[in-house]
Amino acid sequence: MSTSTTTPSQPEQQRLRDLPRLPFRIVVEPRMNVPRWLAPATSIGAVILALVIGGVVIQFAGGDPIESYAHIFKAAFGSVGVFSDTLVKATPLILTGLACTLAFRMKLWNIGAEGQFFMGAWGASAVVLAPLLPATTPRIIMLSAMMLAGFACGALWGSVPGFLKANLNVNEIITSLMMNYIATPWILFWVFGSWSDAGFQMSPMFPKTAWLPRLTDYARQFPNLQLSGLTLHLGLAFGLVAAVVVWFILNRSRWGFEIRLTGDNPRAARYAGINIVRNTVLVMMLSGGLAGLAGMSEIAGVVHRLQGSISPGYGFTGIIIAWMAKLNAFGVILVAILFGGLLLAGREIQPSGVPRMLQGIILFTVIASDVVLRYRIRIVRR
Amino acid sequence: MPENQIAVEMRGIVKRFPGVLANDHVDFDLRQGEVHALLGENGAGKSTLMNVLAGLYKPEEGSIFVQGKRVNLNSPRDAIAQGLGMVHQHFMLVPSQTVTENILLGLDQPRFLLDLPEYDKRVLALQDQYGLKVDPKVKIWQLSVGEQQRVEILKMLYRGARVLIMDEPTAVLTPQEVRELFATLRSMTERGHSIIFISHKLDEVLEIANRVTVLQHGRVTAAGLDAQGVTKSELARLMVGREVVFSVEKKPVAPGPVALSIEGLSAENDRGLPALRGLSLQVHAGEIVGMAGVAGNGQTELAQVITGLRRCASGQVKIGDQEISNCPPRQAIDRGVSHIPEDRAGVGSSPSLSVADNLIMKSYRHAPVSSGWVLNRPVIRQNAEKLKQSYEIAAPSIDTEARLLSGGNLQKMILAREMSTTPKIMIAMQPTRGLDVGAIEAVHRLLLQEREQGAAVLLISEELDEIMSLADRIVVIYEGQIMGEMSAQEANLEKIGLMMAGSRIVQ
Repeated sequence: MSTSTTTPSQPEQQRLRDLPRLPFRIVVEPRMNVPRWLAPATSIGAVILALVIGGVVIQFAGGDPIESYAHIFKAAFGSVGVFSDTLVKATPLILTGLACTLAFRMKLWNIGAEGQFFMGAWGASAVVLAPLLPATTPRIIMLSAMMLAGFACGALWGSVPGFLKANLNVNEIITSLMMNYIATPWILFWVFGSWSDAGFQMSPMFPKTAWLPRLTDYARQFPNLQLSGLTLHLGLAFGLVAAVVVWFILNRSRWGFEIRLTGDNPRAARYAGINIVRNTVLVMMLSGGLAGLAGMSEIAGVVHRLQGSISPGYGFTGIIIAWMAKLNAFGVILVAILFGGLLLAGREIQPSGVPRMLQGIILFTVIASDVVLRYRIRIVRR
Repeated sequence: MPENQIAVEMRGIVKRFPGVLANDHVDFDLRQGEVHALLGENGAGKSTLMNVLAGLYKPEEGSIFVQGKRVNLNSPRDAIAQGLGMVHQHFMLVPSQTVTENILLGLDQPRFLLDLPEYDKRVLALQDQYGLKVDPKVKIWQLSVGEQQRVEILKMLYRGARVLIMDEPTAVLTPQEVRELFATLRSMTERGHSIIFISHKLDEVLEIANRVTVLQHGRVTAAGLDAQGVTKSELARLMVGREVVFSVEKKPVAPGPVALSIEGLSAENDRGLPALRGLSLQVHAGEIVGMAGVAGNGQTELAQVITGLRRCASGQVKIGDQEISNCPPRQAIDRGVSHIPEDRAGVGSSPSLSVADNLIMKSYRHAPVSSGWVLNRPVIRQNAEKLKQSYEIAAPSIDTEARLLSGGNLQKMILAREMSTTPKIMIAMQPTRGLDVGAIEAVHRLLLQEREQGAAVLLISEELDEIMSLADRIVVIYEGQIMGEMSAQEANLEKIGLMMAGSRIVQ
């Protein structure tokens, strides 16, 4: 037998034998059972780890990590006032995060929440600006119509990639992403054109009937609650209700079972008699509708007019939030609040640097922590 | 070659997993140039023991000697350096790369520039030595399962393996491919290689092995038996710990009306070639029709057309009087058609969903599993616990993800789901492939039970023994057509074999 061709690893064998050995080794085994507490515990552990890593960077940059973190915490969660601001920032993130969570559970990669957000904002604005309803319409009817229009426009925007995916198997990542670049100029077309406020690149301020109620609006009614100046608006309730609905759909409903099964194994889903084509369109519509609702909530609750710069990338951040929450609807709320706080504190500390870095590190550690969930890792002696 | 020289010796191997003692002081020895079969039921600890030898698991206790020298195996690299190579049940190949590229994958040579034609030649030279024919320039995805297995073996030989561990190598092969594999194994032992052959198919073990070691519940119940002097039933008893009845008791059942009728059915396969050519078949209630045939003659497509997973070009499928050809799969499910698909992991189950969720895949649309829009969780859980117990699905809990179940337990889970709904029609495709003796017995019992309850069973299998002992009528499929039909009494292996090869028998 010609040893030269069949055993090319001969020198390597020698090298392996000569390698020094550590006195311990790491054993990685798949977990058979994941205890309930482990998932939240690893996520919290991952955030703590991220803060430690970020602290090292701050230290090297010449800052004091403890003081910086204390400042961030104070700026985001330190008082009722700033916490209210944090929640305002978190509101659109909860909704876009839920939009992504729903679609991602079916392995539909909806990257278009940003565009759906804009279209939702446009639809809600159309009710006021077209105007579909006069400014004197009672608030509850006005707001309901805006919600409906916002949801419907987002859903319509989401249905296009959904339809193309379901019927022609067009990659939804590309189409949903590209739809974003149609939505933004669409908004600009209107705010520069027929909805422009005296030539400025924004629409006129909405009438009060088109504003979502804020806590500060009730300051005079409940003087001893000190609500004055709190900008927290009803949109947060949309987010919380939507989280319950999404959680219920995914975990307790028949349709959610179909979504989870299709996401995990489409061939098994077909075998189980599930209509994948219909569900693809429906899930993309609901996902788009949630993102659209975020757009409506943002312009009716915060901006009160339509303009080009209503989103610092809420739709894209929604993707990150969904992943960090491990596609768990209630997890989305917590992660969105954390990110809302970081967005807010960002302005306090630095326009861009540290808070963005922390976002990045947190994303990294949380996603990497999945390993702990799937595997048992032990260190044993040789 | 000195006879009886010990190539590998394992002494007192203990390996624990959370909650399981997988190997309990196991001794094992392998002689130079022999095929040593390692026999045992699912979960007996065969794969664990061999994963220890392949450097994948580190045992808690025990020692391993290769050519009389004690070795420490901390990784597959260590193992291959000692000449121990394992061919896993699920192949570890890159589909988009060529045979040669896969063989070279992970090696230090070549270092930077890849002179593929040169290495193709080396691979060819290696193939010539062992009679393992695969075109080295072909991409893996173009190869059949049997050819892919050859690539895995070549990979190990190229790395200088002297001892080859084969984990259930025949589970995925057709009978012809098994014959070719056995020829290869024999030519390897002639060249002084030693082979450990993990299996639970007794016939195969007796055919290929020189010696047999049997494991049961992590312990050795028989060490190094001479394969010549042992019978199938002795081995089965050692494996299962009790007598195994090979012939099942079949109660007489008077067949009822036609439940499933197929008329002139034609369909294409995935590549657009005709797979079924005007096939006709009837199955009565309370009857098992066994369909024999070499794999790839249209069996898969037939099962898919009946269950609505594939469209047919012409012909019709009727359940009772109702035509369901080219209806969506839900129609068939709602009309009481159960389907045990051949691809358990790819079609029959959902890997990341829990056992409980997997068990409701077919029933989630109906009460009491769901009411209206909402799933009924307590019912789902109770149902899952009940099925887990009565079908003996060995899983830590009903919340365990299906991907963590062993092949046999996955199949039991699918059987539990498909059989617990008392189907009118049962399409069972290779229901016992890869199962151990005890589990096969259970599946056979369950199929007969379905028949007694009045179900029409279409049993599609490559195991002729299985078909001959279970079926009331036997049909043989060849190139998408039925070659002939016979009652179980008048069937014999010769007759079926001729039809499987494509000759029509005129009665």
